Amino acid sequence: MNQTNDAALAAAEAYNREFLVFSLGDEEYAVDILKVQEIRGYENVTRIANAPDFIKGVTNLRGVIVPIVDLRIKFHLDKVEYGGQTVVIVVNVEDRVVGIVVDGVSDVMTLSPDQIKPAPEFGVTLSSDFLSGLGSLEDRMLVIVDIDKLLTSDEMELVDRVAE
Amino acid sequence: MDITDFYDTFFEEAEELLADMERYLLELDVDEPDTEHLNAIFRAAHSIKGGAGTFGFDVLQKTTHLFENLLDHTRKGELKLRRDIVDTFLETKDMLSDQLDAYRNGDEPDQEAFERICKTLQQIALEEIGRDLDGGAAPVPAPEPEPEPATPSEGAGGAGRRIVTLLNVGEKDRQLLVEELGQLGEVVTHGGDEACYEITLASTIDSDDIEAVMCFIVDADQVKIRDAENGQASEVAPAKSEPAAKAAEPAKPVEPARPSAAAKPAGDAKTAKVKAKAKGGGESTSIRVSVDKVDQIINLVGELIITQSMLDQTVSELEGAADSALLNGMSLLQRNARDLQESVMSIRMIPMDFVFSRFPRVVRETAAKLGKEIELTTEGESTELDKSLTERIIDPLTHLVRNSLDHGIEPPEVREAAGKPRTGKLVLSAKHQGGNIIIEVIDDGAGLDRDRLLAKARENGLPVADTMSDDEVWQLIFAPGFSTAKAVTDVSGRGVGMDVVKRNIQGMGGHVQIMSTPGAGTTIRIVLPLTLAILDGMSIKVGNEMFILPLSAVLESLQPAKEDLYAMAGDDVVLKVRDEYLPVVAVHEALDVPNAKTELTETIAVIVQGEGRRYALLVDDLVGQQQVVVKNLETNYRKVPGVSAATILGDGSVALILDITGLHRLSRAKKEDRRPERGWQTLEADTDKVLEI
Repeated sequence: MNQTNDAALAAAEAYNREFLVFSLGDEEYAVDILKVQEIRGYENVTRIANAPDFIKGVTNLRGVIVPIVDLRIKFHLDKVEYGGQTVVIVVNVEDRVVGIVVDGVSDVMTLSPDQIKPAPEFGVTLSSDFLSGLGSLEDRMLVIVDIDKLLTSDEMELVDRVAE
Repeated sequence: MDITDFYDTFFEEAEELLADMERYLLELDVDEPDTEHLNAIFRAAHSIKGGAGTFGFDVLQKTTHLFENLLDHTRKGELKLRRDIVDTFLETKDMLSDQLDAYRNGDEPDQEAFERICKTLQQIALEEIGRDLDGGAAPVPAPEPEPEPATPSEGAGGAGRRIVTLLNVGEKDRQLLVEELGQLGEVVTHGGDEACYEITLASTIDSDDIEAVMCFIVDADQVKIRDAENGQASEVAPAKSEPAAKAAEPAKPVEPARPSAAAKPAGDAKTAKVKAKAKGGGESTSIRVSVDKVDQIINLVGELIITQSMLDQTVSELEGAADSALLNGMSLLQRNARDLQESVMSIRMIPMDFVFSRFPRVVRETAAKLGKEIELTTEGESTELDKSLTERIIDPLTHLVRNSLDHGIEPPEVREAAGKPRTGKLVLSAKHQGGNIIIEVIDDGAGLDRDRLLAKARENGLPVADTMSDDEVWQLIFAPGFSTAKAVTDVSGRGVGMDVVKRNIQGMGGHVQIMSTPGAGTTIRIVLPLTLAILDGMSIKVGNEMFILPLSAVLESLQPAKEDLYAMAGDDVVLKVRDEYLPVVAVHEALDVPNAKTELTETIAVIVQGEGRRYALLVDDLVGQQQVVVKNLETNYRKVPGVSAATILGDGSVALILDITGLHRLSRAKKEDRRPERGWQTLEADTDKVLEI
């Protein structure tokens, strides 16, 4: 009996995932915490010519050149300001390091599987392909971003597709 | 201690020896062979034989043994060298490589190949010097791999007795040695004390080889080997080992093949001395380190440099009060950091010679197969390239060279008919240019045939038009399955390959260009970007942004005068610099830099050179020169047009390193210039000039 209980507990724990919650304007988003490498301020970004506007440029992260993407521009938010609160979440995606600019980071949440609802089919700016679901937390709704898919997608123009 | 522990050392050493052997063989002048070279080749074979015998690599030992004997005759002048004999020697060397590989992989070498090469070597011996290699003991029609190697020391007399004396060898090592000797033959008696320990050994093995085994455990001067039968002492100090062993040999029965050996002890002693010296020097000259470790050091040093620059900047901003000791310390730190960086970077860099040195062989063989006469010249062997790139460039380059030999350079008769010298020229060159490494394969053959390429492309169903530029037509040869060779030879012509070459080079982040003039030849140029290097850069300012230009690309800078600027075809501008009209590329336009100077005469024109062309880059300001660490943008991002890489400046910010040709392309694209790209043909003159410099 004990063994079964333990196994069930372990399974439940395995399904409970932790997410880093960040804000873009008034909306709350979440990414898998395991993808996050660090959080730092927005500074010293070198512009890259002829790149899409949401690619702010590259920065030096302890000797590594890291591209910085502003998700607010990508998601067509009205207000894009850079101030003391602006932070960069540095994520690790498919052996690449990318920084994403967000308005703020609030907290780390643990969500159980039943708190994650499938994302509805919608979205012109943010295709539901790039969402792992919607997290419901009492009166809050978290948009859970599949950061792997999003950042390696063609429309982010971050990755060279095998060019002919 | 297990003898297999030494396998790796042996394999590495043998590989180096074989490489030396090949080099010397290729350098051999058939008519007047250099004695030193012959000796070196002989020594290489001899050393491999020794090791092979020690480790029980029978086939390798037998092959090297035959080879060594033949070489011995050669260096004594008894065997007159001919081209085909040298070819056979080269073939033998390849066979030895194969055998070595087989042993390394734990396989047995190819028996058939072994028998064949033995036969060939025997044949040469019989025909050229009228005796066979194994001595008269056994008539050998085709040397079968007999259980006992037919070494000369073996003879008909069976096992010879030798007394091995060990001087000042400790108890533990003594036991080991006795065990080892037991594997070489039968230990009849052994006894004595630490100062002097005697072992009587009945063995068929050469004194040299016994010494070789023992030297793994003790120093050569601790060992004395003498022949029990004639009592002739033969001290096996390295400098004397050979004559000693040789001197002992005539005492053994029937040895017609080697009577002259004893007559020339002086010469042999010299050889042995050289060998000992080489051996002593070789131990400490290199260590093998995994590339990962080196890369880690390189990264760390890069970080150190950046931190040092940051510190430097902070110190220089200190108001007046900066302590002189602090300043001294800083400049010392800077110097040491730079030195450290340079040394570390050089670990990974190896000269192109590493690649080029294998081509004399490829060219020689391919030319012989094709019945063509080719003269190979290499330029820029000392150009250094990252090791990982050097290794990956070999295959594509080999393919291109073969291709040039097969399709490019015409047979001698055709060349004569066309009024060209019979001997075709093939040039391999390497150089650094504009932050790239450029490797060229230049032939003076027939050049590419535009009409035939187009016809063939149509046949293959590729979309082509007669209006295509030469450049585009030449690129057709990289299409998969494309071959215009009239006949498929075993050298090339199957049409696989060129597309693989292109893919490989693209895989390294480079590209291939072709320049061809009908009747005058083809140049295939591989342009590889720097993936790992420090770069001498010139920092420039455009608007508020800082960029780096590779200093090697910068020729000069000047302030353009109004009368030297000419508008051309709309918004194109050229700048006249000493009777040369250079296309003007405004950096702020190409890279959309805001707040840049737009008045042409206020800017500074930097004359740069990229891929053989010159441009005038318009920038706002020159800031200074500095060494920068090249950081790949593609690690986390992607290729950016007009930019080759990035670097980190002293203040920790990122600056982009500009790619001159890319910049030009970009600015043209910006202007929506619809004129067709100029073909390489028109640039030929330009390129040639660059090459001569």
